[in-house]
Amino acid sequence: MTTVVEFSSVSRHYGEVKAVDQVSLKIAEGEFFSMLGPSGSGKTTSLRMIAGFEQPSEGYVIIHGHDATGLPPYKRDVNTVFQDYALFPHMNVLENIAYGLMVKGVAKKERLSRAQEALDMVALGEYGLRKPAQLSGGQRQRIALARALVNRPKVLLLDEPLGALDLKLREQMQSELKTLQRQLGITFIFVTHDQTEALSMSDRVAVFNKGRIEQMGSPRDLYNKPQTAFVAEFIGSANVIKQPLVDTLGLQSGKTFALRPEYIDLNAVSEAVSGELNAKGVIRDIQYQGANTRYQVMLDSGEALNVSCANSFSAGNEGSGDVLTDGAEVNLSWRADAMVELRDVELRGENVNVDNAGA
Amino acid sequence: MNTVAVTPGGAEVKVKRSPLGRFSDVLYRRPNLYLLLLLVPPLLWFGSVYIASLLSLLWQGFYTFDDFTMLVDHTLTLSNYAQLFDAANFDIILRTLLMALSVTLFSALLAFPVAYYMARFASGRTKAFFYIAVMLPMWTSYIVKAYAWTLLLAKEGVSSWFINLLGLDAVLQFLLSVPGIGGNTLSTSNLGRFLVFTYIWLPFMILPVQAALERLPPSLIQASADLGGTPFKTFRHVIFPLAVPGIAAGSIFTFSLTLGDYIVPQLVGPPGLFLGTMVYVQQGSIGNMPMAAAFTLVPIVLIAVYLAIVKRLGAFDAL
Repeated sequence: MTTVVEFSSVSRHYGEVKAVDQVSLKIAEGEFFSMLGPSGSGKTTSLRMIAGFEQPSEGYVIIHGHDATGLPPYKRDVNTVFQDYALFPHMNVLENIAYGLMVKGVAKKERLSRAQEALDMVALGEYGLRKPAQLSGGQRQRIALARALVNRPKVLLLDEPLGALDLKLREQMQSELKTLQRQLGITFIFVTHDQTEALSMSDRVAVFNKGRIEQMGSPRDLYNKPQTAFVAEFIGSANVIKQPLVDTLGLQSGKTFALRPEYIDLNAVSEAVSGELNAKGVIRDIQYQGANTRYQVMLDSGEALNVSCANSFSAGNEGSGDVLTDGAEVNLSWRADAMVELRDVELRGENVNVDNAGA
Repeated sequence: MNTVAVTPGGAEVKVKRSPLGRFSDVLYRRPNLYLLLLLVPPLLWFGSVYIASLLSLLWQGFYTFDDFTMLVDHTLTLSNYAQLFDAANFDIILRTLLMALSVTLFSALLAFPVAYYMARFASGRTKAFFYIAVMLPMWTSYIVKAYAWTLLLAKEGVSSWFINLLGLDAVLQFLLSVPGIGGNTLSTSNLGRFLVFTYIWLPFMILPVQAALERLPPSLIQASADLGGTPFKTFRHVIFPLAVPGIAAGSIFTFSLTLGDYIVPQLVGPPGLFLGTMVYVQQGSIGNMPMAAAFTLVPIVLIAVYLAIVKRLGAFDAL
């Protein structure tokens, strides 16, 4: 598969601060690639180095096989959807969308008809003559998307584009973006701090932490085989099992494991225990979350484990989930292979296998 | 009026309020009354002191001035306003208008880079320094500044010494020999007058342009570059159009202040009246109040026309 964007040991320093620290990655053509991480993890800076708004302090950015390091944004065949949309307030919607074509010298008639096409594509065909200020947040978002796509870029960069939308609209835009990406076959590089968003949309996700990539892989890999405690806890939620609990459970001493709360079975002490590993404890806290109920269980050995149970609809438990009450004694059990061994050292960017593009 | 509050138990409790508290309650419940009370004093001031006196001034333009007795007669006439179009008077209007336009244009050209630097690049101490540097001259009396310039621009003044130092005497001599802008020395030429006007009104242009550029989100400039706009195209299609309301606001200051000024034309530049000096002469020296009143109408009309043109050009669309 062709690589469209490649980082080769890229760093970006602001004085003493290393916003991006020795990051290497390869993004394949047609891929939906997400950069996921908390704020300040370097994901947006990395995106901005692809767009050309920032230049690397060290290393190379390669776009379409050509070294793009030092190239200004207007000489790069990538387009960006900005977090604040960055629509030009003095132009109407059509003029905004046609802007990229206008500065490249496309004749007025052609650029307006192509802008109209792009506008139809985002289902806002009749809004062409409005000013951005007359549109809602969701509409502006679509205009920003149309304005980037009308230039037919090979790579589309999206900088937390759904951050300002409310939940329902965000979910709708997520599926629309995914559909659009499949239809157009364009590489999407999507920056987000929302792990659900990254998991549901992406072919591959790079998890950023403190300027480095902690782990890169498919959503399923990241969720089921996290390599570090950070990844395990940032994507979904996880119980990180360390010493001395490892010894208590009779596992190999000195190792660290991640265990997803939903992989633990929770039973009243009276019931039979089924799993390979067991622990006893007392419920300390119950959070009802609709589809699930989350229990915090204090183990007899003193550690707390989170357990998540789906709220089934059965006799005596009509979706309410509160069969077990606070302070109840419970048995926890789970399969040994539900636990994923973590590396204790945090990974450095250059250790990440960069050749698993399109995994 | 006593407010009745209901306690959770259901018993009614009378809450005593002081007169001031009750008044504040009334204002809270009637926002329109509140607004009215706030606006009446400034509106009264604006209406009586400003608008009414201006109208009465313009009304005096219809009175008759007897050249022989030098007295104002309350007979109404249009002749004062008609006389504005006499060749000599029209000359004054044209001269002032040309000066105001060139000062405005030149101020805008000078102000833009300074404002751009202040808004987009300067931060912290540099920005504070620029703010103070721009506003510091406004802390000095402007008559003092105008006088100072007569000396600075004089034949033996600092400016000619400096031009001499740079070896640009020939350039100065050439500029002073150009009819219309030249003269014997800088301080008696239109060029000198133009420089002083620009110097004095420049801060009024820098500050609004700077404010307009400050409001421009950096992401717009990045978006333009991202879409393929070279720095020049970004300037032409994004930065400049969005700075135009600031330039328009600044130009209203420089334009109207130059139109009405009567100090600088007396101190710097060649003889020949400006609108302001004409009003001053008519009213102060001759006592021809009606003619002076007629002349005050000119800047008002010119500024109205100027605003209409600027609005036509779309200067306020981006507001």
